[in-house]
Amino acid sequence: MTTNSTNPEPTALVPDLLAVEAKQPLTPNQLVWRRFRKHRMALLGGMGVILLLLFIIVGSIIFPESLANNTDLGGRLVGPSVKHWFGTDSVGRDVFYRIIYGGQISLFIGFLAVFLEVSLGTVIGGVAAYYGGWVDAILMRITEAMLAIPSLFLLIVLAKFIGRSVGLVTILGRSFSGSIGIVILVIGITSWMYLARIVRASVLSLKEYDYISASKALGASDSRIFFSHLIPNTLGPIIVATTLGLAGAILTEAYVSFLGLGVQQPTSTWGNMMQQAQSFITRGAWWMWVFPSGFIVLTILCINLLGDGLRDAFDPRSSRNI
Amino acid sequence: MWAYLVRRFVQALFILFIITMLCFILTRLSSDPMSQYGESAHMTVADREAIRVRLGLDQPMPVQYVKWLGLALHGDLGASFFSHQPVLKMIGQRLPLTLILMSVAEVVIITVSLFLGLIAAIKQYSLTDNLITSFSFIGFSMPIFFIAFGCIQIFAVQFKSWGLPYLPTGADIWNPKDPIALARHLVLPVFSLVAIQTAGYSRYLRASILEVLGLDYVRTARAKGLNYRTVLFRHALRNAILPFVTIIGLDIPFLLGGALVTESVFAWPGMGRLFWEYAQRGDYPVVLGVLLITSSAVVFFTIIVDLIYTVVDPRIRLS
Repeated sequence: MTTNSTNPEPTALVPDLLAVEAKQPLTPNQLVWRRFRKHRMALLGGMGVILLLLFIIVGSIIFPESLANNTDLGGRLVGPSVKHWFGTDSVGRDVFYRIIYGGQISLFIGFLAVFLEVSLGTVIGGVAAYYGGWVDAILMRITEAMLAIPSLFLLIVLAKFIGRSVGLVTILGRSFSGSIGIVILVIGITSWMYLARIVRASVLSLKEYDYISASKALGASDSRIFFSHLIPNTLGPIIVATTLGLAGAILTEAYVSFLGLGVQQPTSTWGNMMQQAQSFITRGAWWMWVFPSGFIVLTILCINLLGDGLRDAFDPRSSRNI
Repeated sequence: MWAYLVRRFVQALFILFIITMLCFILTRLSSDPMSQYGESAHMTVADREAIRVRLGLDQPMPVQYVKWLGLALHGDLGASFFSHQPVLKMIGQRLPLTLILMSVAEVVIITVSLFLGLIAAIKQYSLTDNLITSFSFIGFSMPIFFIAFGCIQIFAVQFKSWGLPYLPTGADIWNPKDPIALARHLVLPVFSLVAIQTAGYSRYLRASILEVLGLDYVRTARAKGLNYRTVLFRHALRNAILPFVTIIGLDIPFLLGGALVTESVFAWPGMGRLFWEYAQRGDYPVVLGVLLITSSAVVFFTIIVDLIYTVVDPRIRLS
C-alpha cells in the first residue's frame, strides 16, 4: 500500500514503539483536534454549551416541573426578586423555572430536528450524487425548488398542515404538548437543502476515486459503499453543518413558537415565552423577554463559536497554529 | 450565450412548476378553507355544501390544481375567500409598504456593512477590529426579536416614561400615506433589520477584503509606489466586493416576501403579515399567490445575478 512507502520507518521493524509513535505523521483526526484545541474562542463556546446543558439538567433535577407550571394569580408580573429570581409572567408563573424547563424543550427540539435534517440531507445529497442521471436531476430540482421558497413561509404552511389537531403526549410520566413532535418534523423537513448540496458535491468528487472502484470490483453493495466508504469521508463538512444547523434549528424553533405556531402552552419553550412576553413589553415587564431571549442568544452564540472552530479545524487548508 | 440563457430559462420554468405543485399540495392539505365559517348556527349543511361548490372545493385536488395553474398563467391568482378581493390587488396594496421598509433597510445595511467590513479589514487585529468582529458575531447569533424588543423597551417604553419624545411601536393606528408617520414608524424596524443583517455581511466582507489584500497583485501595486488609499479602493476593494454583490443579489428577492417576524413585531402592514394573517385562516388563494410571487422572484433573480456577474467580473464566461 502507498501509506507504507510514505512512512519512513515501518512499525514492525522498530522495537521501541513509543519512539516510533512520536515520529509517525499525525492522523487527520489528530490534526483536526490540534487545530481545534488552539482555537480559544471555540473552546470557550464548547464550554458554554456544556455549562448551559448542566444548568438545564441540574436545574431540572433540583427543581420539580410543577414549580414551572405553578400559577399564582396574586403574584402576576412581579419583577425579579429574591423569591422569583427572574420575576413572574402574566399568570404568575416563575420565569426562572420556566427557562430551565423551556430550555429542555428548546434544546431537545434543536437536537432532534438537526438529526432529522442531517439524515435527510446526507441521504438525499448522497443518493443524488452516487446514482447521478435522472435521480440526481429530480432530487436537485426539488432541492432548488425548496430553496427558492422563503423558509419561514414554508415552515408556516407546513406547521399548519401537520399541526391541526394534537393533544398532550405523555412520556416518562411527564406530559408534553404534542406540537413538539410537529415542530421537530417541520424544522427538519425545511432545512436539509444546504447539507444535501454539500454532501452531493463531496460525494461527486469522492466516487471517482480508485478505492471506490476497487470496492465495487470486490462486489460491495451500494449501501455498503455509501455508508462505509463515502459518508465517513464527508464527515468533516457534515459535522460542521450539524453544529451550525443546531444553532439554526434552535433559532427557528424560537421564531416559529414566537409566531404562535410552535410548541403550545402549557409546555414552555424559550420561543413561546417570547410570544407571551410580546403583549407585556409596553407594560414594562422587561424580565419576561430579556431572560428567555438572553438564553437563546447565549446558546446560539456558544454553538456558533464551536461551529466556527470546527470549520477551521476540519479545513485542511487552514494550517495555522499547528 | 443565448443558448445558455434559454437553457437557464427553461430550467427556471421547470423549477417554478415544481414550486407551484409543492406549494399547492402543502397549502391545500394544511387547512380547510371551510373552517373560517366556523360552527355558525345560521348555516345549514346545504349552505355549506353550496359554498364548497361555489369555491370549487368539491372537485378532486388535481383538477383544482390544474384550474388554479391555468388561471395563474393568465395572470389571475383568484380571489381571497375571506375578503373576496382579487389576490393580485391585495398583494399590490401590501407590496409597496414591504418595498419601502426593505429598500430603506437594504440601503442602510449595505452602507453600514461596507463601512464596518472595510474598517475591520484595514485595521486587522486592532481594538476596533476586535470590537466589530465580536459585535458582528453576537449580532449574527441573535434572533431579530431580541433587538426589536430591546428597541421597543428603550425607545418606546422608557422614553415615554421619562417624558422624552418616543418612537411608535406599530401598535397604534396610523396612515401609511402620511410621510412623517411613515418615517417615524420606519425607524425601529429598519434599525432591527440593520443590526441583524449587517452582522453577517460585514463579517463576510472583512474576510474577502483580507483575502484580496494578501494577493500578489496588491503587493505589486504597492511596490510600484501607489499610495495605500488608491490600492485599497481602486484595486483591492473592486475584487473583494464581487462575492458580496452575489450574496446581496441572491438575498434581495427574499426581501419581497417581507421580513415576517419583523413585520409581526412592529405590526408593519407588508407582505409578510399578509401571508401570516391569511395562512392562519386557510385562505389558500392568498397564501399561494404570495408564495408564487416571492419564489418566482427568487428563481429569476438567480439568473439575473449570474448575468450581472459576467458584467462585473469579465473573467467569467457563461457556458
